[in-house]
Amino acid sequence: MAFLTLQGISKRYGDFTAIERLDLSVERGELLSLLGPSGCGKTTTLQMVAGFVTPTTGRILLDGRDITNERPEKRGIGVVFQSYALFPHMTVAGNVGFGLEMRKVKRKEREERVEEALALVRLKGLGHRYPKELSGGQRQRVAIARAIAMQPELLLLDEPMSNLDAKLREEMHIELRAIQKRLGITTILVTHDQVEAMTMSDRIAVMHRGAIAQLSTPYDAYERPATQFTSTFLGRTNAFAGEVLQRNPRCAIVDVAGTTLHVPHEGRHVDGAVNVYIRPEKVHLANGNGANARVRGRIATRVFVGNQWLLEVETGLGKLRVAQPNHGAPPPEEGDEVGLDWTDDDLRVLTQDIRENANGHA
Amino acid sequence: MATLDDARPGAAPWLLSGPALLLFIGLLLVPLLLTLLLSFRVFSDTAGVLPSFTLGNYWEVVSDPYYGTIFLRTAGLAFAVTLLSIVLGVPETIVLARMKRPWQSLCLLIVLGPLLISVVVRTLGWQILLGNNGVLNNVLQALHITDEPVRLVFTMTGVIIALTHVLVPFMVMSVWATMQKLDPQMEWAGRSLGGSPLAVFRRVILPQIMPGVLSGSIIVFALSASAFATPALIGGRRLKVVATAAYDEFLGTLNWPLGASIAVLLLIANVAIVMGCSRLAERRFRHIFD
Repeated sequence: MAFLTLQGISKRYGDFTAIERLDLSVERGELLSLLGPSGCGKTTTLQMVAGFVTPTTGRILLDGRDITNERPEKRGIGVVFQSYALFPHMTVAGNVGFGLEMRKVKRKEREERVEEALALVRLKGLGHRYPKELSGGQRQRVAIARAIAMQPELLLLDEPMSNLDAKLREEMHIELRAIQKRLGITTILVTHDQVEAMTMSDRIAVMHRGAIAQLSTPYDAYERPATQFTSTFLGRTNAFAGEVLQRNPRCAIVDVAGTTLHVPHEGRHVDGAVNVYIRPEKVHLANGNGANARVRGRIATRVFVGNQWLLEVETGLGKLRVAQPNHGAPPPEEGDEVGLDWTDDDLRVLTQDIRENANGHA
Repeated sequence: MATLDDARPGAAPWLLSGPALLLFIGLLLVPLLLTLLLSFRVFSDTAGVLPSFTLGNYWEVVSDPYYGTIFLRTAGLAFAVTLLSIVLGVPETIVLARMKRPWQSLCLLIVLGPLLISVVVRTLGWQILLGNNGVLNNVLQALHITDEPVRLVFTMTGVIIALTHVLVPFMVMSVWATMQKLDPQMEWAGRSLGGSPLAVFRRVILPQIMPGVLSGSIIVFALSASAFATPALIGGRRLKVVATAAYDEFLGTLNWPLGASIAVLLLIANVAIVMGCSRLAERRFRHIFD
């Protein structure tokens, strides 16, 4: 039995449905991300687990215990808030020790555990400071220390990095993940930042319009998107509308604007109108004169972003985005004719579905 | 042409603040200075205000226990009204802050209502309500809670009730302003850490709205210490406060210098207390709040 189970959870505000019959299981010790654009219901889901919002329907089970209607202070769940919500009138030690104090832990033990928690987030010796006297990154660490000081069974992170600058954020991804693994604490991370979800998660639940569009490992979510939404939301991709001509045991043979593509269907049923996808980094410029290339085209834009070149190439299939790692010589100039190549295994195909949300569950 | 990095801002700031500055100087600073000057003048019952200077007026106010009582009464009144405003205003604001949209604005309007009504009308309303034959006493007697009418008009209690009614809105507005700045996730943070709603309020919310309570208290204290109309109408001639005492010196005994020195002493006491409190508050909250 999973450590945390959400069974048929819905949340309606009047006519507006924030969450529609959501099922989710989180295993003990895993870090699961709820990833999605703003308004997809990920924060509402988190707030229902924390007990700040009561679900309209469904049940929430924590370690076999029904906590659906339990008050937040009885749940023993640690929460790190987007704004950190540090208590400005208390010192760092006061903040971190607050949960223990509420649990009537004796002063001596409390002080020890506060020190421990501060050491864990590398803030040793800053216990006497006030939140105002700390940098953004330090405040974030205090928020984490406060949530884990009471040794909760479950940790909820609500967009915890969104107030940090890019470099610090990358460091915190690694560090927070290390802390989570060391403590073995079951964690749900809510984020709209796919890099964050990819870096930190054991599994990612991609959410879209109040439902889970796909639940899988970061690798599978990126490499084998199960819905149109996931394939376009996670990373960049090229999508082409096409028509299935034929289906053999391994491949679907798809006609895209007059070009025939062989796309592995991975056992899924694909028929009629489909979308064919390929990631920009899986397309490369053909060697030599490009006579054997799959498509030919003209470079419309060429942008250098440091670690790679981003190209947009006008082809018979449509505009194709290409990402070329920055090794060797720069790619040809804008306006030049090039040939593009890829491996068939890197193509993905999904049936076009206008009502994708209705059966978007993976 | 003034640019953003121009060190000399030119005449624009002065021109823009000119009208307000003139108004301030003409209607506040000059009369205040004249009052200060007047308070040092010699007064004779036969010849009126004489051109020579003396400290006698101040000595009279300070040494005469009659004025001592009036100053003490005023201080007591101001403290009582401030305390009541905190007790009534803070919970009121918290309830208001939690109300849903249409009701919130409606109730806020009702709370701020007293400020929209003229002092005299409002005070006369209290007279009707609190008088010996007033609504309150009639109800109390009809219910046989008391046999005699409870004297409220021309008593301190009456003045305190009426003044609190007028001044609570200032407390509400002040606390309201700090509550609006409060991070709504703050309460959730406290709850998720195991605090009951009461504990979270006491340990997390209340300390953070304290600056608002303090600045509200300063406003209420200053206004009730210098209040004139309400004490004059509800307190009457016998129950004098400093403001009405000064008024009586000016218009009753026509001893303008004495009236002026009472007014100056009230101003000094008021400024000292208010400044002292805000200094204390600043020092207490400086390292905590931005």
